[in-house]
Amino acid sequence: MAGICTYGGYVPRYRLNRKLIYQAMGWMNPANIANAKGEKAVANFDEDSITMAVAAGLDSLNGMDRNKLGGVYFASTSMPYKERLNAGIVSAALGLGDQIRAADFSGGLKAGTSALLSALEAVGSKGVSNLMVTAADCRLGQPASPQELIFGDAAAALVVGDENVIAEFKGSFSVTCDFGDHYRGANAKFDRQWEDRWIRDVGFDRIVPEAVNGLLAKYSLKIDDFSKVVYDCQYAAARKKLNKVLGIAPEADQSNLQQEVGHCGAAHSLVMLVAALEAAKPGDQILVVSFGSGCDALWFEVTENISHANGAKGVSGALASRADLDNYTKYLVWRDILPGDTGLRAEEDLWTRWSALWRNRKTVLGLWGGKCRKCGTVQLPPQKMCVNPECGAVDQMDDYLFSDKIGHIASFTGDMLAASLNPPAVYGQVVFEGGGKMLFDFTDCDMKEVKTGMAVTMSFRRKYYDAGRDITGYFWKAVPVKEVE
Amino acid sequence: MADGIKDKVAILGMGCTRFGERWDASAEDLAVEAFVECLEDAGIEKKEIQAAYVGTHYDEINLGKAAVPLAGALKLPYIPVTRTENFCATATEAFRAACYSVAAGVYDIVLALGVEKLKDTGYGGLPGGAALGINDYMMGANLTAPGMFAQLATAYSAKWGVSMEKIKDAIAHISAKSHANGSMNPKAHLRKPVSEEIIKAAPLIAYPLGLFDCCGVSDGSAAAIVTTPEIAKSLKPNQDMIKVKALQGAVSSGQEALGTEWDGSHFATTRIAAEKAYEEAGIQNPREAISMCEVHDCFSITEFVTMEDLHISPKGGAYEDVMGGFYDLDGPVPCQVDGGLKCFGHPIGASGLRMIYAMYEQLLERVGEERQVKNARMGLTHNLGGFPHSNVCALSIIGRD
Repeated sequence: MAGICTYGGYVPRYRLNRKLIYQAMGWMNPANIANAKGEKAVANFDEDSITMAVAAGLDSLNGMDRNKLGGVYFASTSMPYKERLNAGIVSAALGLGDQIRAADFSGGLKAGTSALLSALEAVGSKGVSNLMVTAADCRLGQPASPQELIFGDAAAALVVGDENVIAEFKGSFSVTCDFGDHYRGANAKFDRQWEDRWIRDVGFDRIVPEAVNGLLAKYSLKIDDFSKVVYDCQYAAARKKLNKVLGIAPEADQSNLQQEVGHCGAAHSLVMLVAALEAAKPGDQILVVSFGSGCDALWFEVTENISHANGAKGVSGALASRADLDNYTKYLVWRDILPGDTGLRAEEDLWTRWSALWRNRKTVLGLWGGKCRKCGTVQLPPQKMCVNPECGAVDQMDDYLFSDKIGHIASFTGDMLAASLNPPAVYGQVVFEGGGKMLFDFTDCDMKEVKTGMAVTMSFRRKYYDAGRDITGYFWKAVPVKEVE
Repeated sequence: MADGIKDKVAILGMGCTRFGERWDASAEDLAVEAFVECLEDAGIEKKEIQAAYVGTHYDEINLGKAAVPLAGALKLPYIPVTRTENFCATATEAFRAACYSVAAGVYDIVLALGVEKLKDTGYGGLPGGAALGINDYMMGANLTAPGMFAQLATAYSAKWGVSMEKIKDAIAHISAKSHANGSMNPKAHLRKPVSEEIIKAAPLIAYPLGLFDCCGVSDGSAAAIVTTPEIAKSLKPNQDMIKVKALQGAVSSGQEALGTEWDGSHFATTRIAAEKAYEEAGIQNPREAISMCEVHDCFSITEFVTMEDLHISPKGGAYEDVMGGFYDLDGPVPCQVDGGLKCFGHPIGASGLRMIYAMYEQLLERVGEERQVKNARMGLTHNLGGFPHSNVCALSIIGRD
């Protein structure tokens, strides 16, 4: 029976206190005080929906053989590419082979659950044995808008399979309707929304019950049968009302993480689901209900396997790894809302050479290096001729994955001359446990805390953005991690 | 069996422009300026030059590729002219090629010239990007030269247990010494003495390097005309002869960048090239035999570790030598006697020949009394291009018998 085998979560390190936003922009829209509570998770300047999906995906893979995956579904409404398969980039970064299926799910905020549903049914119909569903969003609210306060950035990943499932998929019910509560045109940067009262009274109050009651009726269930109801509604008052109308007990109401993360778009229901799974017990029944252009309602039953779920950090682990972003304008610059001047050096123009990227795709996207069959020397990037001077073998490299290896800082600097959206640009030489060395940018770190010898893990990040050609380029960076020293 | 370059080539003449922000001069203008001085010093006519090697690095914003632009600027009369390019070691490579063609007996009189026009970039520091190629665009760190060389300090501190504070003291001493030397040199770019206190208090460019730990970004050109010792003797019977004693190089093999043995605290290339150069020149103990040197002090920390890599300071012992004044102008082995890259300036494609020029004018005792190194017999130049983990090292030793 198809179900969820593993889960992973990702919340970016930086959290912006909503009061800082309100202090800067509240003068323009004083009513926003109602949303100026808690903090929102903010993607670093080198993160986007793809990189966050990869981070959650790697978390969900923890300990699992990646070769078992037959595909990757990626859900987001903030994908970097309209044409170029975003899930294909995610898949390559996860280190998966070419002979898999991959698809992007987008358009409405229920894209995350639609991807999950499609994966469950693909596995259920024996079309594929294991599929990873990733969802991430990095939506922008215009400065002084309520969305600027409400939205947050986060990602979730679930590996769907039919063996050793931790949560069995029992059924679903979907509603689709063109409800224009939030929308973004093809060329829009910021989310736009219709009146809150209409969204609450017509959207949440009618469409969510239609989906929930539809599922209950379809499977002859009562709402009390569910120990957790994971549903997407950021309005506190509407949520209170819906809990009452639907009969959801306070302990069954899964937190929407509004105070810690914010509304993370197409990823929201799945981020909440991962948080629910982290606390689930065998036998728990979980109802997941997304919202956006309709609803998907999915019913899961938690199995005995939950007690030995893999050691993913999950949403709670990612939430705990945090740092204050104590500067609202930094957020604006990172999201290219405020065009900060990075100097003429930043304007040096180089092209993405697609044919060169194709040749190097395994290293650039997957951080694959080589291991010499003749002498065993591990090297990154992989070399046609072995770097070991005693060896020098030609064309003898086996693929060797670096993305999951721990490295240690051999040397580093913090560079104020380099053009960066987050100066100083911190980078240095990383020597990997097991061999191999390369110069990497460091990210998610405070220059003052970096030391030689410190352990690092690898993280897939935006390397550059070519504004003239609208190309986001990706590579791996090193994240100093004190706890794995 | 090859027996090296020692005493097979003599320097007939040299020229060097004033380095600096030469807003009114193009690369072609600078090359002509150095060339005219060089020809005059050599005491020959242009038509006697039989071949030329010209070097420039940033062709993209400068002269364009090939030797054609410089041959045209100097109006060289239909002789073979080759462009050399090897990062910051470009000019030493031009000199090496010129010397080899004389030593090979193919030509009698050959020109080597290096030039760079850096001040048309529009911003401080060196341009990056295209110079490092497409793989760097896809996979390289967001690096600059100061950031790459700065890492020598963190790695050196980790290896030898020398605190970052002590390193900061030593590199401040290095920069102060170069400022003092440069201040006496009318051709130098930066001519103001600066105290160690001011150096240490300057804004950080790349930890731990501050503004005064970084060399000048300059325009300039330098040139040499080389010939056989016999021809030099016949043309200048009354002048001391400056002969080439060693020309050696080493280029990173990929081991420093990819292998785990190299720890980032030194230059593997310099160590090897220096051993080969001393052997070629017949030098047993460089600490005694080298009278003075110009090393590639693109950053003060580069000079600091290089003094060990040249086998002049003991490994792990640069701090004591530097702070003890060993490399000061009045010390046993004065270093950066013309101000170095730090203050004379660093027009990439010209610097190697500028270093040789500094040794040449000292060996001929042509500099002012205040910065003349006494009894100098043997001068070493160390020219390095690239980054600590991946570089070109080009060494020369020239001497007066």
